[in-house]
Amino acid sequence: MLPSVLRCTRPIPTCLALARPLAHFRTHMDPDPSRPVEKAIRTKLTSSLKPDHLEVHNESHMHAVPPGSESHFRVLVVSSRFDGLPLIQRHRLVNEALKEELSSCVHALAIQAKTPEQWGRNPSLAKSPPCMGGSRGDHTVEEKLRTGRE
Amino acid sequence: MNNLIRSTARCLRSGAAVYNVPGRADGRVWSAPARFLCAAADIQKDLGEMVKKDKVVVFMKGTPAQPMCGFSNAVVQILRMHGVDDYAAYNVLEDQDLRQGVKDFSNWPTIPQVYFNGEFVGGCDILLQMHQNGDLVDELKKLGISSALLDAEKESK
Repeated sequence: MLPSVLRCTRPIPTCLALARPLAHFRTHMDPDPSRPVEKAIRTKLTSSLKPDHLEVHNESHMHAVPPGSESHFRVLVVSSRFDGLPLIQRHRLVNEALKEELSSCVHALAIQAKTPEQWGRNPSLAKSPPCMGGSRGDHTVEEKLRTGRE
Repeated sequence: MNNLIRSTARCLRSGAAVYNVPGRADGRVWSAPARFLCAAADIQKDLGEMVKKDKVVVFMKGTPAQPMCGFSNAVVQILRMHGVDDYAAYNVLEDQDLRQGVKDFSNWPTIPQVYFNGEFVGGCDILLQMHQNGDLVDELKKLGISSALLDAEKESK
């Protein structure tokens, strides 16, 4: 608990760091088959968008939620289904696929939706901004975490 | 209601917390509009007005002066980089009805949410990508807002 509190009270770095996508990073948690929400996200995105490349990162550890939570995710979806679609339509497709998770246990979903050509030109995963502690004491998030555990 | 929203925008320009009721001396953030919006339908109707009242409208967690979420903060920072400081920001943490209402209104499950000229633009990811690929400068131009980054680029030439 304490480390996550310290993370959230660190001074906020300048947003200039977000100006360019950063190099690909790996979550410190390897995919764990027992993580049901992550599994469901993978399954649903694979089924609905038939991606060439898919990454699902549980970023809950970066936020003010208990260890082991499945509440905050970042997804990278590379699919030809996105060809010709503006960003908002691409994101809506992802949201639609994960409707159930988003209305229950997933509190935050960061999305990168690229066409295969875009991915080929720039194969990098964006990095989420530092948590500012908004989930702490947020009863909506607490309810979602309870939903996820049930 | 309109006066309240206008005064909210004014409060925002001065950097104060939004949803301040005019005349409250203690400055405590109070979600006054929520008290009036008892029915979900009212919220939808009010949101329809809220997103059109200002050129740039952001539904976020916290305030521009004190964001309570990294993604909301990113939106604030991006707008700041472009020199957009005159926009309406609504703190959904202050009002659960607004928080759910805006998700229904936009048919979008997460916060922050950004509107340009009454049209839903997207969340943090989309705004960030628009900033990175130059689209944001163009979209701001369509709103009659000249991005500070564009001005800075011109000055350096």
